[in-house]
Amino acid sequence: MITKAFFARFDKLAMWFVIFMIAVAILVPLSNLLLPASSPFHVPTYLVALLGKYLCYAILAISLDLVWGYCGILSLGHGAFFALGGYAMGMYLMRQIGTRGVYAHPVLPDFMVFLNWKELPWFWYGFDMFWFAMLMVLFVPGLLAFVFGWFAFRSRVTGVYLSIITQAMTYALLLAFFRNDMGFGGNNGLTDFKDILGFNVQAQGTRAALFFLTAMSLVLVFVISRWMVSTAYGKVLVAVRDAESRTRFLGYRVEHFKLLVFTVSAAMAGLAGALYVPQVGIINPSEFSPANSIEAVIWVAVGGRGTLVGAAIGAVAVNFMKTTFTTGLLAPYWLFALGGLFVFVTLFMPKGILGVFSDLADKFRKPKAEAVTPPKLQVAE
Amino acid sequence: MLRTQNKLVRFGGRVALLLAALWLMAFGALADISKSVARFAEDSFPETRQAVEEISASGVDHVAELLEALGAGRLFVDPETKTVYYRDASGKAHLAATGAEVSSAPAKLDTVRVNNRIRSDVANAVGALTLRATDPARRIAAAEALFKSRDASALEALDAAIKVEKDARVAKKFAEARAAILLARDATSRQERLEAVETLRARGDPSAAAVLRGLPASADAETRSLAANAIAAIEQRQKIIGYVQNVWYGFSLGSVLLLAAIGLAITFGVMGVINMAHGEMVMLGAYTTFVVQEVFRAYAPAYMGWSLPIALPMAFLFTGLVGIAIERGIIRFLYGRPLETLLATWGVSLILQQAVRTIFGPTNREVTAPSYMSGAFDFMGLSITWGRMWIILFTLVLFAALLVALKATPLGLQMRAVTQNRRMASSMGIRTPFVDAMTFGFGSGLAGLAGVALSQIDNVSPNLGQTYIIDSFMVVVFGGVGNLWGTLVSAFALGVANKFMEPMAGAVLAKIFILVLLILFIQKRPRGLFALKGRAVEA
Repeated sequence: MITKAFFARFDKLAMWFVIFMIAVAILVPLSNLLLPASSPFHVPTYLVALLGKYLCYAILAISLDLVWGYCGILSLGHGAFFALGGYAMGMYLMRQIGTRGVYAHPVLPDFMVFLNWKELPWFWYGFDMFWFAMLMVLFVPGLLAFVFGWFAFRSRVTGVYLSIITQAMTYALLLAFFRNDMGFGGNNGLTDFKDILGFNVQAQGTRAALFFLTAMSLVLVFVISRWMVSTAYGKVLVAVRDAESRTRFLGYRVEHFKLLVFTVSAAMAGLAGALYVPQVGIINPSEFSPANSIEAVIWVAVGGRGTLVGAAIGAVAVNFMKTTFTTGLLAPYWLFALGGLFVFVTLFMPKGILGVFSDLADKFRKPKAEAVTPPKLQVAE
Repeated sequence: MLRTQNKLVRFGGRVALLLAALWLMAFGALADISKSVARFAEDSFPETRQAVEEISASGVDHVAELLEALGAGRLFVDPETKTVYYRDASGKAHLAATGAEVSSAPAKLDTVRVNNRIRSDVANAVGALTLRATDPARRIAAAEALFKSRDASALEALDAAIKVEKDARVAKKFAEARAAILLARDATSRQERLEAVETLRARGDPSAAAVLRGLPASADAETRSLAANAIAAIEQRQKIIGYVQNVWYGFSLGSVLLLAAIGLAITFGVMGVINMAHGEMVMLGAYTTFVVQEVFRAYAPAYMGWSLPIALPMAFLFTGLVGIAIERGIIRFLYGRPLETLLATWGVSLILQQAVRTIFGPTNREVTAPSYMSGAFDFMGLSITWGRMWIILFTLVLFAALLVALKATPLGLQMRAVTQNRRMASSMGIRTPFVDAMTFGFGSGLAGLAGVALSQIDNVSPNLGQTYIIDSFMVVVFGGVGNLWGTLVSAFALGVANKFMEPMAGAVLAKIFILVLLILFIQKRPRGLFALKGRAVEA
């Protein structure tokens, strides 16, 4: 029943997206594990990890699209939420190393032994338990977003000002995590992971399972987001995006609406980070760099702002481009391409890839209600 | 005076010889020291001491170098020919007798051995020689060295030097060194001690306090209490100097922040364009400085000092033109869409960074400071570097020029008109697109000028702009968007706050605190320290 209520709100595109993602979630790991390496349909393990990474970015992009595309909050702090989730996962993985570290200390991670610390700092307690770590993955970014948003939205910091202070927050976190005495491994971050839930992180089977989980999380995040924006609550979000003052005058507590979506979105970003870390094998402070957050925004813009599906497509497309560019002769030109993409998309493709497709589709079909609600561009306040 | 004379008589020989040597040196007389040098080859301590005495009295040009070499174990004897060589501090071999450089010293050389007595003889002889050096800076350095070593055996040479010293600055340093020596030894009269305490109190720096703390146990109670007073006074003074120094550092940092933000105060503050490529304009200015310097180095090395003044207009023009191109090419299509502007200008910043990286390489480029920018001077116990000093002045001049440009030029008038009411300005016949382009170009040009100044104190690398962009936005937002005076106050306030927090929390934590405070502040007053009031707010 509930599932039906869920899917009743789906349009065709969303439906196809969910089906496609579930198919990917099942087929890619299966092909990796079962088919022989010689088969043309075999997906090599490195590719599974790479695709898994893309899907983590897609989750991040969807979470960002939820706040930016539907509520007009251009957050430049989602990279930080992503990294915080990643650190929470990294801390769990560090505790799982146990005595297999270089210094073979039963409790302290290597970098703490190296820094001559005697006991575990209080904020590392509990991270040896998976459920606790997973709770923190959602809770820490969510709490930060809640506190930050509570202050910011209540005092009506909007638009670019909000972007700038979220960027300042990200920058402050970057500086903080670079410090050795913060207790998060400083410059080097957390790495050299061994096990996750008793399975070897490097093993082929674990990687395939992680991929499956990532793809399913993407589906879950997508479904939740889709559901959020299609309820009455979601309509108010769009109203806030398009005319904040008017919505307030109609009697809605705008800040509450914003706060909820911001917090949920931050928790989703944290989840993306947590899935990212075991697949990449490292988390370090450079994940906090403000440039990462802005890059995530461009994924959303490329795919199509305010469409969710577009955000995921944009994340995968831009990162696929990045991989192809940075691994070949074209490596020095990647930043030109990325910079050009920023300019091109904002100038010529304000609706992103999906917008272009739906415009094309409209040309061939008879004009009727648009399949994808194109984002209305925010008017300057 | 009389006492000094007596001592001279009593200790006789060596000092008299030294003075004679100095006298000889002063008149450029040259003596043959080959006989004395030959004594080194004997390899006996008494002979070596004798040689030191004779050589220090000889007044030849390389005497100080030779004696230093002896003290440092760089004096050698060829066991075959008994020729004596020494190596200077850079390792080049010289003939000891004449000081002439030899291209290749023999492979097998014995070092002339020294004991502690010889070392102290050498140190005194060298010290005395430098106390009478012709360059006042070297005399001051010698006095400072004595102040640190408090070597009582150098006292006679010092007293002799004080008598003939004419430069007041050097004389003061000599007196301080003398006071330090007198205080440190036991055999000093009470009167001398009291005078010495006064001298050190007047000097008033931590090393003076250290000397006062090391007062020998033989001192009487009154001297002790005076010394304690003097130490307290010095500490108090140091505390005040510490505060002043912090304020100064804060102003220095504030001026850097203001420099970085000043162009943004126009493009973001006045025009409302979220220019994420602002930092790259600063970087382009710094690279312009580098290019101008390289052109000077290649074509007019004699006029290198002019490269910085020439770089200023060049950087302004170049970054201004780049700014105009960006405005015409991209930003004008995005007015009224601030979030899109943010993204597009971020893209521009990536392209500019990569372009610079492709042309100049990813590593730091060195912009050398001209002579008038390097070095430091001492002001009431504060050490102030010329570079920082000029940058603060430059920043203030730039700020004043900006105010004048906005308030007193036709273009400034048009800029303000367009930003306050675009349609009205347009109706009055102002070409608003032209004014937009000019304003943006002007803001970018200011950023370029900032780049010239920052190239003097920061690494000129493609990432230069990235380090300033967040700070500059913070400064502008904190000061109140659209308010130039607010930007000025906020830059200096942030700079000083940062420097006062640094000793307590460390540089990185201080920066984090400041960022957090700023974030909280913006919650409280979203429109900054000095918010514009009235109609301008909604425009």
